[in-house]
Amino acid sequence: MIEQQRSWHSVPKMVIISLFLSIGLQILWHHQLPSPQLPIKTLAEPPPLELLHLLSFGDPIVTAKMLMLWLQAYDNQAGQFLSYQQLDYIALQKWLEQILHIDPNSQYPLLVASHIYSNVADTNRQRIMLEFVYQEFFKDPQHRWPWLAHATVLAKHRLKDLPLALKYAKAIATHSNSQMPRWAQEMRIFILEDMGELEQARLVIGGMLATGQITEQNEIQFLNEKLQALEKKLASPMTNSE
Amino acid sequence: MKSIFTLAALVVLEALRTRFFVVIIILLALGFGLAMFVGQIAIIENVAYQSSLLAAFLRLSAVYVVTLFVITSMVHEFHNHAIYLWLSMPLQRSTYLIGKFSGFALIAAITALLFGAMLLSYVPYQQVGLWTISLFCELLIMTALSLLCVLTFHQIVQAFSVVVGFYILARSITAIQLMAQGPLLNTQSWADQIINFFITSLAMLLPNLDHFTQSKWLVYQTGIFDHLLEIIVQTIVYIILLITMSLFDIYRKNL
Repeated sequence: MIEQQRSWHSVPKMVIISLFLSIGLQILWHHQLPSPQLPIKTLAEPPPLELLHLLSFGDPIVTAKMLMLWLQAYDNQAGQFLSYQQLDYIALQKWLEQILHIDPNSQYPLLVASHIYSNVADTNRQRIMLEFVYQEFFKDPQHRWPWLAHATVLAKHRLKDLPLALKYAKAIATHSNSQMPRWAQEMRIFILEDMGELEQARLVIGGMLATGQITEQNEIQFLNEKLQALEKKLASPMTNSE
Repeated sequence: MKSIFTLAALVVLEALRTRFFVVIIILLALGFGLAMFVGQIAIIENVAYQSSLLAAFLRLSAVYVVTLFVITSMVHEFHNHAIYLWLSMPLQRSTYLIGKFSGFALIAAITALLFGAMLLSYVPYQQVGLWTISLFCELLIMTALSLLCVLTFHQIVQAFSVVVGFYILARSITAIQLMAQGPLLNTQSWADQIINFFITSLAMLLPNLDHFTQSKWLVYQTGIFDHLLEIIVQTIVYIILLITMSLFDIYRKNL
Protein backbone atom coordinates (compact mmCIF):
# COMPACT_ATOMS: atom_id res chain seq x y z
CA MET A 1 0.00 0.00 0.00
CA ILE A 2 1.50 3.37 -1.01
CA GLU A 3 0.59 6.09 1.45
CA GLN A 4 0.65 9.62 0.04
CA GLN A 5 2.20 12.09 2.45
CA ARG A 6 2.11 15.85 2.35
CA SER A 7 5.31 17.89 2.18
CA TRP A 8 7.04 18.59 5.53
CA HIS A 9 6.41 22.27 4.81
CA SER A 10 2.79 21.65 5.81
CA VAL A 11 3.87 20.81 9.38
CA PRO A 12 3.44 23.89 11.61
CA LYS A 13 6.75 25.50 12.59
CA MET A 14 5.84 25.21 16.27
CA VAL A 15 5.64 21.43 15.93
CA ILE A 16 9.08 21.24 14.28
CA ILE A 17 10.61 23.54 16.92
CA SER A 18 8.94 21.52 19.65
CA LEU A 19 10.32 18.29 18.13
CA PHE A 20 13.93 19.55 18.14
CA LEU A 21 13.51 21.10 21.59
CA SER A 22 12.13 17.91 23.08
CA ILE A 23 15.01 15.86 21.60
CA GLY A 24 17.49 18.39 23.04
CA LEU A 25 15.76 18.30 26.41
CA GLN A 26 15.86 14.53 26.48
CA ILE A 27 19.62 14.54 25.71
CA LEU A 28 20.23 17.23 28.40
CA TRP A 29 18.19 15.29 30.92
CA HIS A 30 20.14 12.13 30.17
CA HIS A 31 23.48 13.93 30.64
CA GLN A 32 22.61 15.35 34.05
CA LEU A 33 21.71 11.88 35.38
CA PRO A 34 24.40 10.21 37.51
CA SER A 35 26.31 7.47 35.70
CA PRO A 36 24.65 4.10 36.28
CA GLN A 37 26.10 2.23 39.22
CA LEU A 38 24.95 -0.99 40.68
CA PRO A 39 26.09 -2.40 44.00
CA ILE A 40 27.91 -5.69 43.61
CA LYS A 41 25.43 -8.46 44.22
CA THR A 42 26.42 -11.65 45.94
CA LEU A 43 25.59 -14.88 44.19
CA ALA A 44 22.33 -16.17 45.59
CA GLU A 45 21.44 -19.83 45.99
CA PRO A 46 19.88 -21.39 42.89
CA PRO A 47 16.12 -22.01 42.80
CA PRO A 48 14.85 -25.57 43.29
CA LEU A 49 15.07 -27.94 40.34
CA GLU A 50 11.27 -28.10 39.97
CA LEU A 51 11.06 -24.33 39.61
CA LEU A 52 13.82 -24.34 37.00
CA HIS A 53 11.90 -26.98 35.05
CA LEU A 54 8.73 -24.91 35.30
CA LEU A 55 10.52 -21.79 34.07
CA SER A 56 12.04 -23.74 31.18
CA PHE A 57 8.64 -23.88 29.44
CA GLY A 58 9.35 -27.42 28.30
CA ASP A 59 12.85 -26.76 26.96
CA PRO A 60 15.33 -27.28 29.83
CA ILE A 61 18.39 -27.44 27.53
CA VAL A 62 17.98 -23.78 26.57
CA THR A 63 17.50 -22.79 30.21
CA ALA A 64 20.68 -24.66 31.16
CA LYS A 65 22.68 -22.94 28.40
CA MET A 66 21.35 -19.49 29.33
CA LEU A 67 22.03 -20.04 33.04
CA MET A 68 25.56 -21.23 32.27
CA LEU A 69 26.37 -18.12 30.24
CA TRP A 70 24.81 -15.92 32.93
CA LEU A 71 26.86 -17.63 35.64
CA GLN A 72 30.02 -17.35 33.56
CA ALA A 73 29.45 -13.61 33.23
CA TYR A 74 28.57 -13.14 36.91
CA ASP A 75 32.05 -11.92 37.82
CA ASN A 76 31.56 -8.98 35.46
CA GLN A 77 28.84 -6.81 37.01
CA ALA A 78 28.00 -3.43 35.50
CA GLY A 79 31.51 -2.98 34.17
CA GLN A 80 33.13 -4.04 37.46
CA PHE A 81 35.20 -7.21 37.48
CA LEU A 82 34.91 -9.30 40.61
CA SER A 83 37.75 -11.48 41.71
CA TYR A 84 36.83 -15.11 42.23
CA GLN A 85 37.60 -14.64 45.92
CA GLN A 86 34.52 -12.41 46.12
CA LEU A 87 32.29 -15.19 44.80
CA ASP A 88 30.38 -17.47 47.12
CA TYR A 89 31.77 -20.84 46.01
CA ILE A 90 29.13 -22.87 47.87
CA ALA A 91 26.38 -21.11 45.92
CA LEU A 92 28.47 -21.37 42.75
CA GLN A 93 28.80 -25.13 43.20
CA LYS A 94 25.04 -25.45 43.71
CA TRP A 95 24.38 -23.48 40.52
CA LEU A 96 26.76 -25.71 38.57
CA GLU A 97 25.05 -28.79 40.02
CA GLN A 98 21.60 -27.54 39.02
CA ILE A 99 22.76 -26.71 35.50
CA LEU A 100 24.28 -30.16 35.16
CA HIS A 101 21.05 -31.70 36.48
CA ILE A 102 18.91 -30.08 33.79
CA ASP A 103 21.46 -30.66 31.01
CA PRO A 104 23.46 -33.76 32.04
CA ASN A 105 25.14 -34.18 28.63
CA SER A 106 26.81 -30.79 28.80
CA GLN A 107 30.50 -30.69 29.77
CA TYR A 108 30.52 -26.91 30.23
CA PRO A 109 29.88 -26.76 34.03
CA LEU A 110 32.72 -29.25 34.59
CA LEU A 111 35.05 -27.30 32.34
CA VAL A 112 34.45 -24.02 34.19
CA ALA A 113 34.77 -25.76 37.56
CA SER A 114 38.04 -27.53 36.75
CA HIS A 115 39.72 -24.95 34.50
CA ILE A 116 38.32 -21.54 35.44
CA TYR A 117 36.86 -21.36 38.95
CA SER A 118 39.65 -23.58 40.32
CA ASN A 119 42.13 -20.84 39.38
CA VAL A 120 41.21 -18.89 42.51
CA ALA A 121 43.99 -18.06 44.97
CA ASP A 122 42.25 -19.76 47.86
CA THR A 123 42.79 -23.44 48.53
CA ASN A 124 39.40 -23.92 50.21
CA ARG A 125 37.62 -22.61 47.15
CA GLN A 126 39.84 -24.69 44.88
CA ARG A 127 38.95 -27.79 46.88
CA ILE A 128 35.21 -27.04 46.58
CA MET A 129 35.50 -27.00 42.80
CA LEU A 130 37.68 -30.10 42.61
CA GLU A 131 35.32 -31.98 44.91
CA PHE A 132 32.40 -30.94 42.70
CA VAL A 133 34.19 -32.39 39.64
CA TYR A 134 34.97 -35.57 41.61
CA GLN A 135 31.36 -36.06 42.76
CA GLU A 136 29.93 -35.42 39.30
CA PHE A 137 32.48 -37.73 37.62
CA PHE A 138 30.72 -40.86 38.93
CA LYS A 139 27.46 -39.98 37.14
CA ASP A 140 29.07 -40.29 33.70
CA PRO A 141 32.71 -41.46 33.95
CA GLN A 142 32.94 -42.22 30.23
CA HIS A 143 32.56 -38.55 29.25
CA ARG A 144 33.64 -36.73 32.39
CA TRP A 145 37.06 -38.29 33.02
CA PRO A 146 39.08 -35.44 31.35
CA TRP A 147 37.85 -32.97 33.97
CA LEU A 148 38.77 -35.29 36.84
CA ALA A 149 42.15 -35.91 35.21
CA HIS A 150 42.72 -32.15 35.23
CA ALA A 151 41.54 -32.02 38.85
CA THR A 152 44.12 -34.70 39.68
CA VAL A 153 46.89 -32.57 38.15
CA LEU A 154 45.70 -29.53 40.11
CA ALA A 155 45.53 -31.48 43.36
CA LYS A 156 49.05 -32.79 42.81
CA HIS A 157 50.83 -29.68 41.55
CA ARG A 158 48.85 -26.72 42.84
CA LEU A 159 47.39 -27.99 46.11
CA LYS A 160 50.39 -30.30 46.68
CA ASP A 161 47.89 -32.71 48.19
CA LEU A 162 49.08 -36.09 46.97
CA PRO A 163 46.49 -38.22 48.87
CA LEU A 164 43.73 -36.13 47.25
CA ALA A 165 45.35 -36.51 43.81
CA LEU A 166 45.61 -40.25 44.42
CA LYS A 167 41.91 -40.41 45.35
CA TYR A 168 40.99 -38.78 42.03
CA ALA A 169 43.45 -40.88 40.01
CA LYS A 170 42.12 -44.06 41.60
CA ALA A 171 38.56 -43.07 40.68
CA ILE A 172 39.62 -42.63 37.05
CA ALA A 173 41.44 -45.97 37.01
CA THR A 174 38.51 -47.78 38.65
CA HIS A 175 36.06 -46.45 36.05
CA SER A 176 38.36 -46.79 33.05
CA ASN A 177 37.05 -47.79 29.65
CA SER A 178 38.52 -48.61 26.27
CA GLN A 179 38.21 -45.02 25.03
CA MET A 180 40.15 -43.59 27.95
CA PRO A 181 43.85 -43.01 27.16
CA ARG A 182 46.43 -45.02 29.09
CA TRP A 183 48.06 -41.97 30.65
CA ALA A 184 44.82 -41.21 32.51
CA GLN A 185 44.75 -44.69 33.98
CA GLU A 186 48.45 -44.63 34.82
CA MET A 187 48.34 -41.36 36.75
CA ARG A 188 48.03 -43.17 40.05
CA ILE A 189 51.39 -44.93 39.47
CA PHE A 190 53.28 -41.65 39.35
CA ILE A 191 51.38 -40.23 42.31
CA LEU A 192 52.16 -43.36 44.35
CA GLU A 193 55.81 -43.02 43.33
CA ASP A 194 55.83 -39.35 44.41
CA MET A 195 54.27 -40.37 47.72
CA GLY A 196 57.05 -42.89 48.24
CA GLU A 197 54.60 -45.78 48.01
CA LEU A 198 56.90 -47.72 45.71
CA GLU A 199 55.59 -51.15 46.64
CA GLN A 200 52.03 -50.13 45.86
CA ALA A 201 53.11 -48.54 42.57
CA ARG A 202 54.93 -51.75 41.67
CA LEU A 203 51.81 -53.78 42.47
CA VAL A 204 49.63 -51.53 40.31
CA ILE A 205 51.97 -51.90 37.31
CA GLY A 206 52.29 -55.62 37.89
CA GLY A 207 48.52 -55.93 38.04
CA MET A 208 48.08 -53.96 34.81
CA LEU A 209 50.58 -56.14 32.99
CA ALA A 210 49.27 -59.40 34.43
CA THR A 211 45.62 -58.81 33.50
CA GLY A 212 46.58 -58.38 29.85
CA GLN A 213 44.52 -55.21 29.50
CA ILE A 214 47.49 -53.56 27.75
CA THR A 215 48.15 -54.81 24.27
CA GLU A 216 50.30 -52.07 22.77
CA GLN A 217 53.97 -53.09 22.66
CA ASN A 218 55.37 -49.64 23.44
CA GLU A 219 53.08 -49.35 26.43
CA ILE A 220 54.12 -52.78 27.73
CA GLN A 221 57.77 -51.88 27.26
CA PHE A 222 57.32 -48.55 29.07
CA LEU A 223 55.57 -50.19 32.03
CA ASN A 224 58.18 -52.96 32.18
CA GLU A 225 60.94 -50.35 32.33
CA LYS A 226 59.03 -48.47 35.01
CA LEU A 227 58.56 -51.72 36.95
CA GLN A 228 62.28 -52.48 36.74
CA ALA A 229 63.15 -48.97 37.89
CA LEU A 230 60.81 -49.29 40.85
CA GLU A 231 62.21 -52.71 41.76
CA LYS A 232 65.71 -51.25 41.59
CA LYS A 233 64.65 -48.39 43.89
CA LEU A 234 63.06 -50.87 46.30
CA ALA A 235 66.16 -53.08 46.29
CA SER A 236 68.43 -50.16 47.22
CA PRO A 237 66.65 -48.32 50.03
CA MET A 238 69.72 -46.12 50.63
CA THR A 239 69.47 -44.68 47.12
CA ASN A 240 65.74 -44.33 47.56
CA SER A 241 66.08 -42.40 50.77
CA GLU A 242 68.64 -40.10 49.18
CA MET B 1 -12.44 -25.93 -3.01
CA LYS B 2 -11.65 -23.04 -5.33
CA SER B 3 -12.95 -20.58 -2.72
CA ILE B 4 -10.60 -22.07 -0.14
CA PHE B 5 -7.61 -21.53 -2.47
CA THR B 6 -8.76 -17.97 -3.22
CA LEU B 7 -9.07 -17.13 0.47
CA ALA B 8 -5.70 -18.73 1.24
CA ALA B 9 -4.04 -16.82 -1.61
CA LEU B 10 -5.54 -13.57 -0.31
CA VAL B 11 -4.08 -14.21 3.14
CA VAL B 12 -0.60 -14.70 1.61
CA LEU B 13 -1.09 -11.54 -0.46
CA GLU B 14 -2.03 -9.66 2.70
CA ALA B 15 1.15 -10.93 4.39
CA LEU B 16 3.20 -9.59 1.50
CA ARG B 17 1.41 -6.23 1.50
CA THR B 18 1.73 -5.74 5.26
CA ARG B 19 5.46 -6.56 4.99
CA PHE B 20 5.16 -9.62 7.22
CA PHE B 21 8.21 -11.20 5.59
CA VAL B 22 10.31 -8.09 6.27
CA VAL B 23 9.73 -8.82 9.97
CA ILE B 24 10.81 -12.42 9.37
CA ILE B 25 14.02 -11.25 7.66
CA ILE B 26 14.73 -8.82 10.53
CA LEU B 27 14.23 -11.67 13.02
CA LEU B 28 16.59 -13.86 11.01
CA ALA B 29 19.20 -11.09 11.09
CA LEU B 30 18.72 -10.68 14.86
CA GLY B 31 19.03 -14.45 15.29
CA PHE B 32 22.25 -14.44 13.28
CA GLY B 33 23.64 -11.66 15.49
CA LEU B 34 22.63 -13.56 18.63
CA ALA B 35 24.31 -16.74 17.38
CA MET B 36 27.52 -14.84 16.60
CA PHE B 37 27.50 -13.21 20.03
CA VAL B 38 26.93 -16.53 21.83
CA GLY B 39 29.68 -18.11 19.74
CA GLN B 40 32.06 -15.43 21.01
CA ILE B 41 31.30 -15.83 24.71
CA ALA B 42 31.02 -19.63 24.96
CA ILE B 43 34.31 -21.32 25.85
CA ILE B 44 33.47 -24.83 24.65
CA GLU B 45 30.41 -26.44 23.01
CA ASN B 46 30.07 -23.30 20.87
CA VAL B 47 27.83 -24.96 18.28
CA ALA B 48 25.60 -26.46 20.99
CA TYR B 49 25.18 -23.06 22.63
CA GLN B 50 24.63 -21.26 19.36
CA SER B 51 22.10 -23.75 17.98
CA SER B 52 20.09 -24.10 21.20
CA LEU B 53 19.78 -20.38 21.91
CA LEU B 54 19.16 -19.53 18.27
CA ALA B 55 16.49 -22.24 18.06
CA ALA B 56 14.76 -20.97 21.20
CA PHE B 57 14.83 -17.41 19.87
CA LEU B 58 13.47 -18.46 16.47
CA ARG B 59 10.75 -20.65 17.98
CA LEU B 60 9.44 -17.90 20.26
CA SER B 61 9.70 -15.32 17.48
CA ALA B 62 7.80 -17.58 15.08
CA VAL B 63 4.97 -18.13 17.56
CA TYR B 64 4.89 -14.40 18.33
CA VAL B 65 4.76 -13.10 14.74
CA VAL B 66 2.46 -15.76 13.33
CA THR B 67 -0.15 -15.51 16.09
CA LEU B 68 -0.03 -11.72 16.03
CA PHE B 69 -0.45 -11.76 12.25
CA VAL B 70 -3.49 -14.07 12.47
CA ILE B 71 -5.11 -11.93 15.16
CA THR B 72 -4.47 -8.54 13.55
CA SER B 73 -5.49 -9.80 10.11
CA MET B 74 -8.82 -11.12 11.41
CA VAL B 75 -9.50 -8.02 13.53
CA HIS B 76 -8.82 -5.93 10.44
CA GLU B 77 -11.29 -8.14 8.54
CA PHE B 78 -13.95 -7.44 11.17
CA HIS B 79 -13.25 -3.70 11.22
CA ASN B 80 -13.34 -3.17 7.44
CA HIS B 81 -16.40 -5.45 7.21
CA ALA B 82 -14.69 -7.74 4.69
CA ILE B 83 -16.03 -10.72 6.61
CA TYR B 84 -19.60 -9.52 6.01
CA LEU B 85 -18.83 -9.16 2.31
CA TRP B 86 -17.47 -12.72 2.13
CA LEU B 87 -20.39 -14.19 4.01
CA SER B 88 -22.91 -12.34 1.81
CA MET B 89 -21.60 -14.39 -1.13
CA PRO B 90 -22.73 -17.95 -1.83
CA LEU B 91 -20.03 -19.23 0.47
CA GLN B 92 -20.43 -21.52 3.42
CA ARG B 93 -19.11 -20.27 6.73
CA SER B 94 -17.02 -23.43 7.06
CA THR B 95 -15.41 -22.74 3.66
CA TYR B 96 -14.55 -19.21 4.78
CA LEU B 97 -12.94 -20.46 7.99
CA ILE B 98 -11.03 -23.31 6.32
CA GLY B 99 -9.84 -20.94 3.58
CA LYS B 100 -8.56 -18.44 6.12
CA PHE B 101 -6.93 -21.18 8.17
CA SER B 102 -5.25 -22.62 5.04
CA GLY B 103 -3.76 -19.20 4.24
CA PHE B 104 -2.45 -18.78 7.76
CA ALA B 105 -1.10 -22.35 7.67
CA LEU B 106 0.81 -21.46 4.51
CA ILE B 107 2.32 -18.44 6.26
CA ALA B 108 3.26 -20.70 9.19
CA ALA B 109 4.90 -23.19 6.78
CA ILE B 110 6.98 -20.49 5.08
CA THR B 111 8.04 -19.08 8.46
CA ALA B 112 9.02 -22.52 9.78
CA LEU B 113 10.99 -23.28 6.60
CA LEU B 114 12.90 -19.98 6.67
CA PHE B 115 13.71 -20.34 10.38
CA GLY B 116 14.69 -23.99 9.95
CA ALA B 117 17.01 -23.11 7.05
CA MET B 118 18.90 -20.74 9.34
CA LEU B 119 19.80 -23.63 11.66
CA LEU B 120 21.34 -25.66 8.84
CA SER B 121 24.67 -23.92 9.33
CA TYR B 122 24.95 -25.40 12.82
CA VAL B 123 23.06 -28.72 12.87
CA PRO B 124 22.76 -31.77 10.53
CA TYR B 125 19.83 -31.52 8.13
CA GLN B 126 17.94 -34.55 9.55
CA GLN B 127 17.58 -32.95 12.97
CA VAL B 128 16.81 -29.56 11.43
CA GLY B 129 14.11 -31.24 9.32
CA LEU B 130 12.57 -32.77 12.44
CA TRP B 131 12.75 -29.45 14.27
CA THR B 132 11.21 -27.55 11.33
CA ILE B 133 8.27 -29.95 10.94
CA SER B 134 7.71 -29.81 14.69
CA LEU B 135 7.80 -26.00 14.62
CA PHE B 136 5.29 -26.03 11.78
CA CYS B 137 2.97 -28.29 13.83
CA GLU B 138 3.36 -25.97 16.85
CA LEU B 139 2.56 -22.96 14.68
CA LEU B 140 -0.48 -24.73 13.21
CA ILE B 141 -1.92 -25.30 16.69
CA MET B 142 -1.21 -21.69 17.66
CA THR B 143 -2.73 -20.44 14.40
CA ALA B 144 -5.92 -22.43 14.96
CA LEU B 145 -6.07 -21.16 18.55
CA SER B 146 -5.53 -17.55 17.47
CA LEU B 147 -8.34 -17.92 14.95
CA LEU B 148 -10.66 -19.25 17.66
CA CYS B 149 -9.69 -16.49 20.10
CA VAL B 150 -10.15 -13.69 17.58
CA LEU B 151 -13.54 -15.06 16.54
CA THR B 152 -14.53 -15.13 20.20
CA PHE B 153 -13.12 -11.82 21.43
CA HIS B 154 -12.84 -9.65 18.27
CA GLN B 155 -10.15 -7.58 20.06
CA ILE B 156 -6.38 -7.79 19.72
CA VAL B 157 -5.48 -7.38 23.41
CA GLN B 158 -7.90 -10.01 24.72
CA ALA B 159 -7.22 -12.53 21.96
CA PHE B 160 -3.43 -12.19 22.13
CA SER B 161 -3.43 -12.39 25.94
CA VAL B 162 -5.35 -15.66 25.84
CA VAL B 163 -3.02 -17.04 23.16
CA VAL B 164 0.11 -16.14 25.19
CA GLY B 165 -1.42 -17.59 28.37
CA PHE B 166 -2.35 -20.79 26.56
CA TYR B 167 1.15 -21.14 25.09
CA ILE B 168 2.91 -20.67 28.43
CA LEU B 169 0.53 -23.09 30.13
CA ALA B 170 0.79 -25.75 27.40
CA ARG B 171 4.60 -25.57 27.53
CA SER B 172 4.81 -25.83 31.31
CA ILE B 173 1.86 -28.05 32.23
CA THR B 174 4.07 -31.16 32.57
CA ALA B 175 6.37 -29.34 35.02
CA ILE B 176 3.31 -28.08 36.94
CA GLN B 177 1.95 -31.64 37.09
CA LEU B 178 5.27 -32.98 38.38
CA MET B 179 5.40 -30.25 41.03
CA ALA B 180 1.85 -31.02 42.14
CA GLN B 181 2.67 -34.72 42.42
CA GLY B 182 5.90 -34.06 44.33
CA PRO B 183 6.41 -35.80 47.68
CA LEU B 184 6.16 -32.54 49.69
CA LEU B 185 2.75 -31.63 48.36
CA ASN B 186 1.33 -35.10 48.05
CA THR B 187 -0.97 -34.99 51.04
CA GLN B 188 -4.51 -36.25 51.20
CA SER B 189 -6.17 -32.96 52.20
CA TRP B 190 -9.24 -31.79 50.28
CA ALA B 191 -7.49 -28.68 48.99
CA ASP B 192 -4.60 -30.71 47.56
CA GLN B 193 -6.94 -33.20 45.95
CA ILE B 194 -8.96 -30.41 44.32
CA ILE B 195 -5.78 -28.70 43.04
CA ASN B 196 -4.45 -32.01 41.73
CA PHE B 197 -7.75 -32.75 40.01
CA PHE B 198 -7.77 -29.26 38.47
CA ILE B 199 -4.18 -29.60 37.17
CA THR B 200 -4.82 -33.10 35.81
CA SER B 201 -7.98 -31.89 34.04
CA LEU B 202 -6.09 -28.91 32.60
CA ALA B 203 -3.29 -31.18 31.36
CA MET B 204 -5.90 -33.39 29.71
CA LEU B 205 -7.29 -30.45 27.75
CA LEU B 206 -3.98 -28.91 26.70
CA PRO B 207 -1.68 -30.15 23.92
CA ASN B 208 1.69 -31.34 25.23
CA LEU B 209 3.65 -28.55 23.56
CA ASP B 210 6.67 -29.26 25.76
CA HIS B 211 7.31 -32.32 23.57
CA PHE B 212 7.39 -30.11 20.46
CA THR B 213 10.41 -28.42 18.84
CA GLN B 214 12.97 -29.63 21.38
CA SER B 215 16.38 -27.96 21.47
CA LYS B 216 17.98 -31.22 22.59
CA TRP B 217 17.37 -32.65 19.11
CA LEU B 218 19.63 -29.95 17.72
CA VAL B 219 22.21 -30.01 20.50
CA TYR B 220 22.57 -33.76 21.07
CA GLN B 221 21.02 -35.03 17.81
CA THR B 222 18.53 -37.18 19.70
CA GLY B 223 15.48 -36.56 17.53
CA ILE B 224 13.93 -39.67 16.01
CA PHE B 225 10.96 -40.37 13.74
CA ASP B 226 8.85 -41.61 16.68
CA HIS B 227 8.96 -38.12 18.19
CA LEU B 228 7.61 -36.70 14.96
CA LEU B 229 4.84 -39.27 14.81
CA GLU B 230 3.67 -38.33 18.31
CA ILE B 231 3.78 -34.62 17.40
CA ILE B 232 1.86 -35.06 14.15
CA VAL B 233 -0.88 -37.11 15.83
CA GLN B 234 -1.19 -34.53 18.63
CA THR B 235 -1.34 -31.71 16.07
CA ILE B 236 -4.07 -33.39 14.01
CA VAL B 237 -6.17 -34.16 17.08
CA TYR B 238 -5.86 -30.66 18.51
CA ILE B 239 -6.38 -28.82 15.23
CA ILE B 240 -9.60 -30.78 14.61
CA LEU B 241 -10.73 -29.76 18.11
CA LEU B 242 -9.86 -26.07 17.65
CA ILE B 243 -11.32 -25.81 14.14
CA THR B 244 -14.52 -27.51 15.33
CA MET B 245 -14.76 -25.02 18.19
CA SER B 246 -14.19 -22.14 15.76
CA LEU B 247 -16.86 -23.52 13.42
CA PHE B 248 -19.26 -23.82 16.34
CA ASP B 249 -18.53 -20.21 17.19
CA ILE B 250 -18.76 -18.80 13.66
CA TYR B 251 -22.04 -20.65 12.92
CA ARG B 252 -23.59 -19.22 16.06
CA LYS B 253 -22.47 -15.67 15.29
CA ASN B 254 -25.08 -13.29 14.00
CA LEU B 255 -23.00 -11.98 11.11
